[in-house]
Amino acid sequence: MDPITLSRWQFGLTTVYHFLFVPLTLGLGWFVAYMQTRYYQTRDETFLKMAKFWGKLFLINFAIGVVTGIVQEFQFGMNWSEYSRYVGDIFGAPLAVEALLAFFMESTFLGVWIFGEGRVPEKVHLASIWLVALGSNFSALWILLANGWMQHPVGYVINEAKGRAELVDFFALIANPKGWMFFWHTISSGLATAAFLIIGVSAYHIIRKQNVDLFKRSFQMAVVVGLVTSLSLFLAGHTMGQYMYETQPMKFASVEAHWETSAPADFSIITIGDLSGKREVWSWRLPRVLSFLACNNFDCEVRGVNDIQAEYEALYGPGDYIPLMVVTYWTFRFMMTIGFFMIAASAYFLYLSLNDKLEKSKWLRWMPAMISLPYIANMSGWILTEMGRQPWIVQGLLKVEDAVSPNLTTLDLWISLIGYTVVYGALAVAMVKLMTKYAKAGPDAAMHESVDVVPALVGADD
Amino acid sequence: MSYETLQTLWFILIAILWIGFYFLEGFDFGVGMLLPFLGKKDEERRAIINTIGSVWDGNEVWLLTAGGATFAAFPHWYATMFSGFYLPLFLLLVGLIIRGISFEYRSKDPNPAWRNRFDWMIAVGSFLAALLLGTAFANLAKGVPIDANMNYVSPNGFVTTLGLLNPYGLIGGLTTVTVFLLHGANFLTLKLEGELRERARAISKKLYLAAAALTTLLLIATYIYTDIRTKLGVNPGIIPIASYAALLLTISFINRKMEGWAFISVAAHIVLTQITFFTLMFPRVMVSSLNPDWSLTIYNASSSQYTLTVMSIVALIFVPIVLAYQGWTYYMFRKRISTDKKTLIY
Repeated sequence: MDPITLSRWQFGLTTVYHFLFVPLTLGLGWFVAYMQTRYYQTRDETFLKMAKFWGKLFLINFAIGVVTGIVQEFQFGMNWSEYSRYVGDIFGAPLAVEALLAFFMESTFLGVWIFGEGRVPEKVHLASIWLVALGSNFSALWILLANGWMQHPVGYVINEAKGRAELVDFFALIANPKGWMFFWHTISSGLATAAFLIIGVSAYHIIRKQNVDLFKRSFQMAVVVGLVTSLSLFLAGHTMGQYMYETQPMKFASVEAHWETSAPADFSIITIGDLSGKREVWSWRLPRVLSFLACNNFDCEVRGVNDIQAEYEALYGPGDYIPLMVVTYWTFRFMMTIGFFMIAASAYFLYLSLNDKLEKSKWLRWMPAMISLPYIANMSGWILTEMGRQPWIVQGLLKVEDAVSPNLTTLDLWISLIGYTVVYGALAVAMVKLMTKYAKAGPDAAMHESVDVVPALVGADD
Repeated sequence: MSYETLQTLWFILIAILWIGFYFLEGFDFGVGMLLPFLGKKDEERRAIINTIGSVWDGNEVWLLTAGGATFAAFPHWYATMFSGFYLPLFLLLVGLIIRGISFEYRSKDPNPAWRNRFDWMIAVGSFLAALLLGTAFANLAKGVPIDANMNYVSPNGFVTTLGLLNPYGLIGGLTTVTVFLLHGANFLTLKLEGELRERARAISKKLYLAAAALTTLLLIATYIYTDIRTKLGVNPGIIPIASYAALLLTISFINRKMEGWAFISVAAHIVLTQITFFTLMFPRVMVSSLNPDWSLTIYNASSSQYTLTVMSIVALIFVPIVLAYQGWTYYMFRKRISTDKKTLIY
């Protein structure tokens, strides 16, 4: 493989891996902060146990997000030096702000939260978990504003003499609707991911009649949040779709396998393409729905891949401007299907838990396995977003092939790619082992600061 | 502010971030490397980890912020250095990853083999990070092959960054390792109690000898491998001399059991050495060994005036806030750490 392909694989692997852990951090932090606040207000020990138990899982997950995040910040320069030169004037700013505003806040106050109990005033200890949650969500905002700029560049001029894009309007950068839509979608997915983790783990314990009060409360909290946020995900997704049609019509058309411009346009539920991937063989379609997705109107014209390709060739010169459609098309459908399932599941379980019929449901035992679904959706969403922008690294300005570090050799890249894969694989093993162990052990093990105190409980299910 | 003032300001700000990082994470790395050697029993190791438990993550953010600020203020510096030092940075990242995860995970399983494995990962990760940072900084001072297009050219076309493992780079790396070890031992003497504290004190005496010897070697090598004579003069000025003196003073503090002063003198040595490094570099940020005209400077590597202005405003508002709350956490957790299991967290 050539250096570009290797660098792309490496970026894809490290970024998707990093984002496996980030959504849970974004969402679960708020849950833990809320639980601890309820304890502070009511002095009800169950809330304290909840905060400790979910807090333990939060910490195990948080650690991986942090260490893999360092790679994210470094690899733009390491593997994409031409990109860094071209966009550094703009893209570097939100990254630096992210470090200054968010990273310091979350890491410092996480230290206070872990070590501060009994050492700092209770109010300060409570404030610190809120600051951790706030800090990690701030971090998401700034990196998504940076990514939003790559999808939809604003507030810049091209400096021909220096061969780069330069920032002329910082407020346009931080007000970029693309970034804010991403943020809305991402924090919703974070909360939904956390909600389904809580639902799954709570279901495991409710079935086994362990700490039923605690886990039913957690469950109820999670289904409410799960329902609200999975609905919010659809609303955000729909808003993003329309803005995508405006700003990245090629991505939009490729997500829908919409080859030819048409008015009105039908929505494809399943499309089978031929081997070249450029022609449709068979499809099952919902009439007019694509028009609605693009412009909230069942009759409007939706431009197709072929027209946009011709337009881009005229605009940017010859080349293939069509993303890898099998990926954009299917990742979108995975994400949507899982989203529908999440709405249905959280609505159903909310109904059951309001009517106190939860324990009777035979669906409950499926919920631990369903923890994985939001993860698949999160991954699909990002693969869609990033691969749908191909061949661009910055939409309309810079192509991926022109962004890579020119000095790296194939051997360099093989060493790092294999190295990351081995290290990340080992991390995942350790993380899943600990998560499972603590999730199964329940709140009594988490009540202690170290597992030394209750090794028997923690090791019980191994 | 004029463009040149802004460029100088950002050079200074990034230098401060690196200095802060070396000062803070310096003792974290030292503590990490000493962990398996100093801590014999499990609770001893836990006590050692707990001395930095509440702060190591915040300290590491200084590095991330230095990286982010370099990207924002000097994109070419960021691009050339990070792509040029590719494999050392990759290994540095591996070091930081295995170390960071180990702090959080090692005590979460009672199995001694599990714990021992993570303890060694902390030590190896800290060692890798210290060694590679030192090697990278020494090479920055010495100069690296940068072509007219600001790209690090691979000397062999096989592995980009093998050339960094030259004698001066290695001296820089090993010196950094020993100075951080000494810094860590002093920190532990300050933070621990009882027998463990005495063990840390005893080891700091030995580490002092290694650090002083290697620093002397680095000093001599700097006159051979860098342009310090033409840049700063044979008499390099008060700062490097004070830096060397601070290190040599440390032993008398250690011998008199004045661990607070011993810690401060090594800290001063680290800070002053970093200031010397950045003075030697200024206004260059990457020295080209191929042609001095191809060096990256704060003038040809920087962002636009507009971006630097925006970033200055952001830094002006938030840096004091960050310093205030990070300083506050050190104050909050200022008490000594004992090996009493009930008080240990990690």
